[in-house]
Amino acid sequence: MTPRQRRMTLVAVIVVGVSLAGALALRAFRENVMFYFDPTKVAAGQVKQGQRFRLGGMVVKGSVQRRPGTLDVKFAVTDFAHTVPVTYSNVLPDLFKEGAGVVALGRLDASGTFVADEVLAKHDEKYMPPEVTRSLKEGQAAAAAGTEATH
Amino acid sequence: MNWTWFHRFGSPPYFYRVAGKMIPWFAWLAAITAVAGLVGGLGLAPADYQQGEGYRIIFVHVPAAVLSTMAYSVMAVAAGVGLIWRMNVAHAVAASCAAVGAWFTLVALATGSLWGRPMWGTYWAWDPRLTSELVLLFLYLGYMGLRGAIDDTARADRASAVLALVGVINLPIIHYSVDWWNSLHQGHTVLKFGKASMPPSMLVPLLLMMLAFSFYFAAILLVRARGEVLRRERNARWISEAIGA
Repeated sequence: MTPRQRRMTLVAVIVVGVSLAGALALRAFRENVMFYFDPTKVAAGQVKQGQRFRLGGMVVKGSVQRRPGTLDVKFAVTDFAHTVPVTYSNVLPDLFKEGAGVVALGRLDASGTFVADEVLAKHDEKYMPPEVTRSLKEGQAAAAAGTEATH
Repeated sequence: MNWTWFHRFGSPPYFYRVAGKMIPWFAWLAAITAVAGLVGGLGLAPADYQQGEGYRIIFVHVPAAVLSTMAYSVMAVAAGVGLIWRMNVAHAVAASCAAVGAWFTLVALATGSLWGRPMWGTYWAWDPRLTSELVLLFLYLGYMGLRGAIDDTARADRASAVLALVGVINLPIIHYSVDWWNSLHQGHTVLKFGKASMPPSMLVPLLLMMLAFSFYFAAILLVRARGEVLRRERNARWISEAIGA
């Protein structure tokens, strides 16, 4: 081997070795790297009662209940397999809404309700002008009205 | 395959001359695409259906984030070439990437943080994407610190090149962090297979801004690399000829 080929091998060994080590380390830390647990993992008992963790999923449509005059809010988080009820009493972020993603930090109480002390809205990767969503909604409404009319 | 161009670029006088000719081209392309991208992004593009006007930070945030990883790739490749072919010019290019890349990383982190407060509800979260991008910043800072700590240029080149190569592992982690793990950061909008999740009125200015950032990076990198070549070759005879002294 010429000295250059030896250096080339050395560079290849560094890159491959570090990639392998990184891949193994990431596999070992898999659960710790997860930013949140979804309701299925909670239902499977992967979190201990009283342990602080993040719960992530979709806010169930129609599940948000506010107590008038307070910041108290109740809603349910689902991953379409399991659902966890959540209580929270603080200001919600702008992008929080029913049917959208959410990540809440808190713990489970004895009754299986998730008591959150921080709620973050998870934004999706879609960007659209408002007119498009308006016409989409109108289209859906028209379609719904159309099916009602035929029944 | 003909490799003479590769070896010619390894010659400091040739690199210095050709880089000097390329800089104005990249700079003008950067200026034109940046103006077009900013007019398109801040003026012509519609507001977003959920985020309103606040999403427009994307026209700076995404190009800065993409270039932060691109600058690292260029740095690592240049460092590897310098290590294998003992090419001084390649080491100079690698050394010139770090500070620019660190600024791109900082801009990406800062704009993301400002956007995160109103949209997510927090300035910072230890989310895989955010954390790996922060690690990238530390890699750049570590690279610069290591270079600064070694006085002998040849030794600094070799030591920092190894660090740059080791840090390459972070690039796929940054890119795929939103796919591999549950994260707060949204998934890929543009850089994925299939259709971008964005209408052309937003996508075109975003791509223009990415081009602008890339041209800017090319221009500033060549300016810095020329300076670095001059510093390394300060006693060589070609310099007095090149600068006409």
